[in-house]
Amino acid sequence: MSQALDIFTVIAVVAGAFFFLAGTVGLLRFPDPLTRLHALTKADNLGLGLVVLGLLPQANGVLGGLKLVAVWLLAQLAGATVTQLVARAVRPEGPRA
Amino acid sequence: MTAGLALDAGLAVLVLAVAVWTIAARAAFAAVVGFVTYGLLLAIVWVRIAAVDVALTEAAIGGGVTGAVLIAAAARLRPTEARSAAERPGAALRIAAGVLSALVSAGLAVLVLYPPNPAPSLAPAAAVHLPALGVGNPVTAVLIAYRAIDTLLEKVVLLLALLGVWSLAPDRFWGGAPGQRRDARDGTLTLLARLLPPVGIVVGVYILWVGAVAPGGAFQGGAILAAMWILVMIAGLHDAPEISRHWVRFLLVVGPAVFLAVGLAGFVVADGFLSYPVRYAKPLIIAIEVVLTLSIAVILGLLVAGPPERERRP
Repeated sequence: MSQALDIFTVIAVVAGAFFFLAGTVGLLRFPDPLTRLHALTKADNLGLGLVVLGLLPQANGVLGGLKLVAVWLLAQLAGATVTQLVARAVRPEGPRA
Repeated sequence: MTAGLALDAGLAVLVLAVAVWTIAARAAFAAVVGFVTYGLLLAIVWVRIAAVDVALTEAAIGGGVTGAVLIAAAARLRPTEARSAAERPGAALRIAAGVLSALVSAGLAVLVLYPPNPAPSLAPAAAVHLPALGVGNPVTAVLIAYRAIDTLLEKVVLLLALLGVWSLAPDRFWGGAPGQRRDARDGTLTLLARLLPPVGIVVGVYILWVGAVAPGGAFQGGAILAAMWILVMIAGLHDAPEISRHWVRFLLVVGPAVFLAVGLAGFVVADGFLSYPVRYAKPLIIAIEVVLTLSIAVILGLLVAGPPERERRP
């Protein structure tokens, strides 16, 4: 059972790392700020989400797991807010029709 | 072990690269962004060498509050930036700066490459007296008990820094509120400023409380509380207070004042200045930490808010 959980951890964390890598490549290669933000938010949401998901079975009890989930939720909140602010600074008139 | 070594090597390269980039960046704003990144990377370095207390402080102060102050400064300097960037210092000044930097680097390199053997350590001495103080975190014991005078003076320096910022105000604004009033628009930042502070305040108080037995304490907790206040001010949900308000002045000095009063009481009830009576050491330390946290939070918040820019309301 514990071996299955370890394998799950490895798969989920590697998948999360892949999203961070893809997000970073997108940040470096995409042509304009809005698409770069799009790449960055994937790294935050899915990358960190998968890393946290993978680490949950290794967490130190329920409280440790809740702390991990709280870190992910707070990073989501901060990431979403900053993305909105940057996007609004780039295009103050709002979404193009 | 090798994975840890690879991580450390990667971190070291990254920290050096960000440091060089920060110095080489021409635009002030870019340099500030580099400096904040550098602070956060340094915090990870401190975690790697198991100095979690320092890591928390570096992330909160070095990365967070200092970053906010520097961004505000960069925004203020923007109109004159092109002119000052065009100035080239004379050859003598550049050579002197280069020689001094090389000397400092060489001195540090000698210290790191040829450390005294065995390395001097006060850790055993710090651990011996922990039970008498009733605190489990040796860093807190050093800050509030063994080297209390340093901590006390540090807080006075913070107050002096705030006075320095305030003294930039023109006479007619003295006693007024810092910065311009920001309107609370129903936007993203407003939402964050409503959602985050309840969480942040709990975390800040927790960091303060846990500081007695684990990494944390007054400075880190105060910085988190200050960050929540700054967020509310930036979003325009609550205006910055006038600096002449009595409650502002009271909160600014209550921490250092209580610390000093307890220190002076040490002459009567204990062995001298800043020493605690053994039976009441722990409650006294907690009380000092609580009032220090309040003062630190208000000082840091007002440091970021800047000098008064509005006339005092009658």
